[in-house]
Amino acid sequence: MSDEKTVTFPVEGTHVMMFARSIGDYNPAYHDPGKGEGNPVGAQVAPPTFPQAVAQFDPEYPLRIKDGEAWFGSGGSPSGIEGKPATSGGLHAEQHFEYTRPVRPGDVLTARYSQGETWEKESRRAGKLTFTERLVDYYDQDGNHVCRARGVGVRTERPVDQG
Amino acid sequence: MKASEISVGQTFEKVVVEDLKRTQLVMYSGASGDYNPLHTDDLYCKEAAGYPGVFAHGMLTMGMTGTLVTDLFGAENVRKYGVRFTNQVWPGDTLTATATVQDIRDEDGRPVAEIGIETVNQDGKTVVLGSATGLLED
Repeated sequence: MSDEKTVTFPVEGTHVMMFARSIGDYNPAYHDPGKGEGNPVGAQVAPPTFPQAVAQFDPEYPLRIKDGEAWFGSGGSPSGIEGKPATSGGLHAEQHFEYTRPVRPGDVLTARYSQGETWEKESRRAGKLTFTERLVDYYDQDGNHVCRARGVGVRTERPVDQG
Repeated sequence: MKASEISVGQTFEKVVVEDLKRTQLVMYSGASGDYNPLHTDDLYCKEAAGYPGVFAHGMLTMGMTGTLVTDLFGAENVRKYGVRFTNQVWPGDTLTATATVQDIRDEDGRPVAEIGIETVNQDGKTVVLGSATGLLED
């Protein structure tokens, strides 16, 4: 298992606040230093799924509009890329986090990506499914491990049947 | 949460979102950086991707469900949190998460609890199934 790439990013209080709001969590621990419920050290902390926001800092992340590149979402027409397959992106099948310690504003994290297993399965609702596992280990500015994320993505042969 | 206050089999329930709004999907896109148009772009969903409309990011459902986990343990005490996404979540959905205490034990000399997690929509369909482990207060 070799490292594919690394992305280094700062964990900022404002970003944590916006992320917490976006998951409907208004606990003061996410926006009000020192008043967090159940927060013995009186500092802010990030919600457990926050490490996923590393996407904002990944220069190659495909699900963001980039300067000079065609975007597959709609503008004047339903997709900015003609002939794009109907199931453009993969779907998320599983996500697991293991924390060595909580993520806090002020951290500068480095995410190290590595590829896991790939496997296939037939499904009644979406045809052939191709699963891909990806591991991301997050380290802090002192090189200490903070968290491991294991994601499983799935590409479907056709859109998932809603029946 | 204190070790003395919980027992195996005990359940905790939380309505993590009521009548999910499309704006919440936009907020999650903006905060997480996942701008997949499947979650914000109805025209793309219907006419290019073959879906009835926008649907929630799996990670939004995991995040909303995670508010039950952090309500119970406190965000700084969560040691593990993992889920499988079993059904899509749509605007208008109301999601209820249930945590069931499965084990209470010592890890590295500190009490931890393992909980099973299931989130269902208003029709009783499971959208997320998972588990979490968190440190307990002595």
